[in-house]
Amino acid sequence: MATNSRGALEAPNRNLDPTATSLLSVQGLNVFYGESHILRDVDLTVRPGQMVCLIGRNGVGKTTLLKTVIGLLQQRGGRVQLEGEDVSSLGPHHRARRGIGYVPQGREIIPQLTVRENLLLGLEALPGGLARNRHIDPVVFELFPILESFLNRRGGDLSGGQQQQLAIARALLGKPRLLMLDEPTEGIQPSVVLDIERAVKRIIATTGISVLLVEQHLHFVRQADWYYAMQKGGVVASGPTGELSQNVIERFLSV
Amino acid sequence: MDLLYDTLFNGLAIGSVLVLAALGLAVVFGLMGVINMAHGELMMIGAYTTYVVQNLFKTGPLESLFPIYILIAIPAAFLISGLAGLLLEKTVIRRLYGRPLETLLATWGVSLILQQFVRSVSTAFFVGLLVAVAIGVITPLVSPPALWQKRSSPLLRTGSWVVAGAIGIGLASALGQVMVLDTPWFSARNIDVTAPEWLRESISLGSLNMPTARLFIIALTAVCLLAVNRFLQKSVWGIRIRAVTQNRSMSSCLGIPTEQVDALTFLVGSGLAGVAGAALTLLGPVGPNLGGSYIVDCFMVVVLGGVGKLAGTLVAALGIGVLSFVIGSGSLLVVWPTMPVALNELVTFFATSSMAKVLVFALVVLFLQIRPAGLFPQKGRMVEA
Repeated sequence: MATNSRGALEAPNRNLDPTATSLLSVQGLNVFYGESHILRDVDLTVRPGQMVCLIGRNGVGKTTLLKTVIGLLQQRGGRVQLEGEDVSSLGPHHRARRGIGYVPQGREIIPQLTVRENLLLGLEALPGGLARNRHIDPVVFELFPILESFLNRRGGDLSGGQQQQLAIARALLGKPRLLMLDEPTEGIQPSVVLDIERAVKRIIATTGISVLLVEQHLHFVRQADWYYAMQKGGVVASGPTGELSQNVIERFLSV
Repeated sequence: MDLLYDTLFNGLAIGSVLVLAALGLAVVFGLMGVINMAHGELMMIGAYTTYVVQNLFKTGPLESLFPIYILIAIPAAFLISGLAGLLLEKTVIRRLYGRPLETLLATWGVSLILQQFVRSVSTAFFVGLLVAVAIGVITPLVSPPALWQKRSSPLLRTGSWVVAGAIGIGLASALGQVMVLDTPWFSARNIDVTAPEWLRESISLGSLNMPTARLFIIALTAVCLLAVNRFLQKSVWGIRIRAVTQNRSMSSCLGIPTEQVDALTFLVGSGLAGVAGAALTLLGPVGPNLGGSYIVDCFMVVVLGGVGKLAGTLVAALGIGVLSFVIGSGSLLVVWPTMPVALNELVTFFATSSMAKVLVFALVVLFLQIRPAGLFPQKGRMVEA
């Protein structure tokens, strides 16, 4: 499988109407925390099998955007559509069951549950939930071998990097169509960062799911097909990551 | 040696009642962080359910089954109290999540309402209430929907409930003219539940005399503890409950229906209160004020044990049980008859059950000064309230 970022997805249909074949489509999103206006008229599209990266400095609303897509925050204006279906008014667990896997910043492992139980919770997003599905797909142990040896440890006792791997594995077990990763390499030692990058690359190659990534590491950003750059709560630039100029990188990545 | 066994058994007996009473609260308050002041009244509902079941079995076709009515009363109490708790969660507590002070006040109000309800409920009262609620709920469903989407609709909604209430009261007082319908079901007096014969005996082991009712409660407590532990650790809903109590928003993002989890947790906790109430009927008469006398003990046990830990609840309740018995029975005097006069006076002073309670309370308060998080504090990230 070709792993270059200009694979089949760099095809010429890139510039067609963005809503036509989109998996996730965000239109005119406005989000507030109390009275402060965080997201201003954000439009964003993720297509099936596409890896999209969201870049921007701290505090421009990247995490807020992901939280609104999963449904933790309610928008005051605009829409979130998943495969053409409007999910704007649904709660997070309905969106998870419709195919959004979310790996939040700070991992959010359930600390007192074992690694096995944390992984089982990932199955909740499947049809029928945990009651029907009790089998942990061994492919996650192929991606992250460390998890298999720590199955009976408590999630809260793992290191940051291991928790990150657990969080990604947990999201994958729900067989999402869209995987949202919020700074998966933040505060993690470089060797584990490479593991995670490799795993994400392999996930995309083997399952064909879409990825929406928030990232600061330029190396990881370059793996994406498309980028959106955010500033002050709005999208100010976007394009294929191959065209990411040094100028844009300096403006939007804190490298 | 006899004294030791005596102390252990009686401590266990007092402690197991506390465990049973506090177990439901350990789930509701410990896991969910909801301060439910009506927990004691849910116990009372369990006790009254037992009374009703007992009456069904006292005469009539089911009389031959009277010896085992308690085995039917306990699940019935679990169910009725659980459903009452579920109703409470759906109507009151759900709107107050994350607001502990309002929850405290609201549930305290509910506890007063429930107490008065069992005192004054009669057939006329019940029919009136049922009709009022039915009218209030049905009116918005049968009238044109457009009526309920205007600016004035909150006023209209209140108005319809006022009218429904007035109809209910009118109906109740009209029916109340008939003597039979106006007789209270339970009245304000304490009710006496007759335990089956086998629960009124006692087993003697050497010099130790063990009432079977106490033994039954100890066994029931053990069964409930094991069942709750197994439910929380092994079942699908148990994993969901533990996940939601530790990280509500992330659990939701994983696809867990958090509202259903809250409702179920509350149902289980309330049901356990009902089981405790059923067990209490074996120890003596119970009345509308049953809840008030247990709610403080329950909170004390849960806080002392460490919020969110079942093992803590168990240890704390048994510890308090043994301590209460040792102090209350003055058994220190038996062990050490030649103690100085001043100390002797002191021990005798506290050697009644109510003074023992005072001393135990003081000791618990002192202990919490040293270890504010209780016997088994939660490690790592704390559960959000």
